[in-house]
Amino acid sequence: MTLAKTPLYDWHHAAGGRLVDFGGWSMPVQYSSIIDEHNATRTAVGMFDVSHMARFRFDGPGAGDFLDKLLTRKASVVPMGKIRYSLVCNDEGGILDDVLIYNLGEGDNQYFWLVVNAGNRQKIAAWIEQHLPDEGVVFTDHTHETAMIAVQGPKAIEAVQPLCDVPIHDLKYYSGALGTLCGEPALISRTGYTGEDGVEVTVPAAAAIAIWDQILNAAKPLGGLPCGLGARDTLRLEAAMPLYGHELSESIDPITAGLKFGVSFDHDFIGKDRLEAARDAAPPMVRVGFRCADRRVPREHCTVHIGDQQVGEVTSGTFSPTLNQPIAMGYVDPAIAVSGTAVEIDIRGKRVTAEVAPLPFYSRPRT
Amino acid sequence: MDPSQLLYAKTHEWAFVEDQDGGKVATVGISAFAIEALTDLVYLELPKVGAQTTAGQPFGEIESVKAVSDVYAPVTGEVIAVNEELPNKLESLNDDPYTGGWIAKIKITDESGLANLLDQSAYEKQCQEEG
Repeated sequence: MTLAKTPLYDWHHAAGGRLVDFGGWSMPVQYSSIIDEHNATRTAVGMFDVSHMARFRFDGPGAGDFLDKLLTRKASVVPMGKIRYSLVCNDEGGILDDVLIYNLGEGDNQYFWLVVNAGNRQKIAAWIEQHLPDEGVVFTDHTHETAMIAVQGPKAIEAVQPLCDVPIHDLKYYSGALGTLCGEPALISRTGYTGEDGVEVTVPAAAAIAIWDQILNAAKPLGGLPCGLGARDTLRLEAAMPLYGHELSESIDPITAGLKFGVSFDHDFIGKDRLEAARDAAPPMVRVGFRCADRRVPREHCTVHIGDQQVGEVTSGTFSPTLNQPIAMGYVDPAIAVSGTAVEIDIRGKRVTAEVAPLPFYSRPRT
Repeated sequence: MDPSQLLYAKTHEWAFVEDQDGGKVATVGISAFAIEALTDLVYLELPKVGAQTTAGQPFGEIESVKAVSDVYAPVTGEVIAVNEELPNKLESLNDDPYTGGWIAKIKITDESGLANLLDQSAYEKQCQEEG
């Protein structure tokens, strides 16, 4: 299979990015050092190419009703310019994907924008096609004609604002606005996947490299760096954001995954019956964090033990540059989902001591 | 240690082989190319003194932020010394992979595998091909 390339591929290649296969795309895992890129995002600005994320658009008078049925959140009541985290479930309540839904218009001009995980693009497109009504909704895939750049960190707004006619300071978290960035039409959204303040910008593919260069030139004097998927993963794990294929999958429902906030039960949607049952039942397992005293890093599928008993499994693990110790997320028996509980994690046949830790591991200082 | 005097495994370990007590002893470590590729090292597990190694088989582990990797023994023999300090100063691997970054000394018990190791120019060619 040939890997898809984002509009920024040539830039990544020229900048010496180490390219890997991610969700069928050739993406940079790092340019310099994951730790340096991580720290730049926590202290200044990190720039990420997130163009591999799928961008779907829904137009037409039936778009709101259709999305209500597809999503665990009621899309049709999302106010203009607002963005909501939501889930797409199958009939059994298993998670097909976690997505962001944007309402980008009012009245007759209302349309919705859905951002979907790269690796789930074909699956979700097929799911949409399968449930799409015969008329009233126009579904289009804008992934290849646009690029998406995440600019994250405490100085991200300072870097982007001079290039942009949208007053970003006025945009609340999880809001978006259409405007102009570096002279090109752009969607600016106050979203991200790092636990930091910042924006994600969606721009025409043909302008992506020029815009990336201008933002980077503004970010560099502030201490900014281009960042790869490696830092994106350490940042999101510190912020305890779940990742599809790790914390989330078709074999887990949103309630068990600790994502009840992403489900509204006041409308009918695919999988609702199962989610109501999960809501009313005792959870079979709970998503928790782990902090390790040792330097060895628990990775996905490492088992969690107390004495002779297996009590859970790790879904993601990494070395936390902010805490300077290994951290992990995983699912455990509800009885031990108490912060401070001492456990052992089996890392390739040897056990390390760890303790159940509250999530997130990192929260940005709020002003 | 002069990198041009070393032998290299295709799996990116180096070996400096010298005569000692009528036999051969290899000082082994990880190449600068591999260290550069790993970056952000967080953990190294040394072999134990007295352990038997088999050329091409794992004898240690190195962990970066990104992933864990096996360290493969470039020679067959017995570990007679390890660099105890190294796990606590992993930056030595970045700064000085061929001297301060040595991992273990192995008394070679079967020299036949040495022929499979590459000289510096052959190893550099392989690295270029790997990009």
